Amino acid sequence: MAMAASSRLLWASRAAAYLRISTFPRAFSTVLKDLKYADTHEWVKVEGDSATVGITDHAQDHLGDVVYVELPEVGVSVSQGKNFGAVESVKAASDINSPVSGEVVEVNEKLSEEPGLVNASPYEKGWIIKVKLSDSGELNSLMDDGKYSKFCEEEDNH
Amino acid sequence: MTHGRSKAGSLAGGNDAGDACNGSEEQLLRCTADNWCVINDGTAPPTIVMGVSGRVSELVKIQAVLQDQVPVVRRFSGGGTVIVDQGTVFVTVICNKAAVAGLQPFPRDIMSWSGQLYGKVFDRFGEFHLRENDYAFSHRKFGGNAQSITKNRWVHHTSFLWDYDVKNMDYLKIPKRAPEYRLARNHTDFLCRMKEYMPSRSIFTDGVIMALGEHFSVQPTDLQTVLSDDEEFVPSTKLLSQHDLEEIVYSKESLRV
Repeated sequence: MAMAASSRLLWASRAAAYLRISTFPRAFSTVLKDLKYADTHEWVKVEGDSATVGITDHAQDHLGDVVYVELPEVGVSVSQGKNFGAVESVKAASDINSPVSGEVVEVNEKLSEEPGLVNASPYEKGWIIKVKLSDSGELNSLMDDGKYSKFCEEEDNH
Repeated sequence: MTHGRSKAGSLAGGNDAGDACNGSEEQLLRCTADNWCVINDGTAPPTIVMGVSGRVSELVKIQAVLQDQVPVVRRFSGGGTVIVDQGTVFVTVICNKAAVAGLQPFPRDIMSWSGQLYGKVFDRFGEFHLRENDYAFSHRKFGGNAQSITKNRWVHHTSFLWDYDVKNMDYLKIPKRAPEYRLARNHTDFLCRMKEYMPSRSIFTDGVIMALGEHFSVQPTDLQTVLSDDEEFVPSTKLLSQHDLEEIVYSKESLRV
């Protein structure tokens, strides 16, 4: 039984690595490799000087069903650590804070009609804004997937 | 910090209009670093207060509101639509996220903490429950909640029905998004009045301050001395104008104000 269990674990780890998903023994939320994370639970995917931003699986799970997303206008500036929009869930309006600074070049208009995409697909269809970066050096202050997973674990166990 | 507990200022906001009350709280949230409890005892005139995303045409009988010139305010927090008047008591708690040890700044965590706090206030007066996101005696709601959560701070505010004028409820539609325990009841079957359970408003407000005193060192303060004339701060709280409401009627709410 022990051999079968360790084989399954090895297979799972290899599959996870192929799919670029991190697995941690006690991870209840999904955390993706190749993304960077803020301690306010937003993620950013960087491609050149362009970045896509959303909220993490941990955040959407803790917020509950999202019923409304307040989006910024295209063309506004965002600053690292400052709020640029909000999500409404349950009875709460919660700020979304930008993990990067730059100019908003696109917003996910689908969220106006389908705010639940933030819950169902926080890293893919539930993306919130795309930003033209003004300072890629800021990325160094963000967490990688490993640090973020640990951060979430510590928060939940506090 | 006193005895390892955070300080909280308690503010009696008086009898402010709905937009002034909500705007002040938004300013306390975004422009100060202190913990606050604001108690606002009644609003004149009767005012409809909506959450950040509420669609006016779905929640409010606009023609009646326009005819009777009832003010409509959009507040900065989430949650539903209420009509507030002299019988409503607002209690707002504004906290730094580190102020309550172990409390994560997420809606359900804060709601649960609030339910325990208010349980201490209400348990001896009735069968108190936090039902979904409402405060209720048995199955009848007397307190509705809304929150706003920023990076390092959060607001939890409650509109308490000390008393209400059933005629005012006629300005509100029954919302599509309603708690399950409402069971399609109309306003009068769903709600109850606190004054039928408690002897006086002051016993209620004193009870709130005492319950907060278990978590904070509470100091009474005057609201006007706290809020500076911060001309840079622009609240998102907004009083909808007659023009805004008329536009909604004619556009069938393709735009949001």
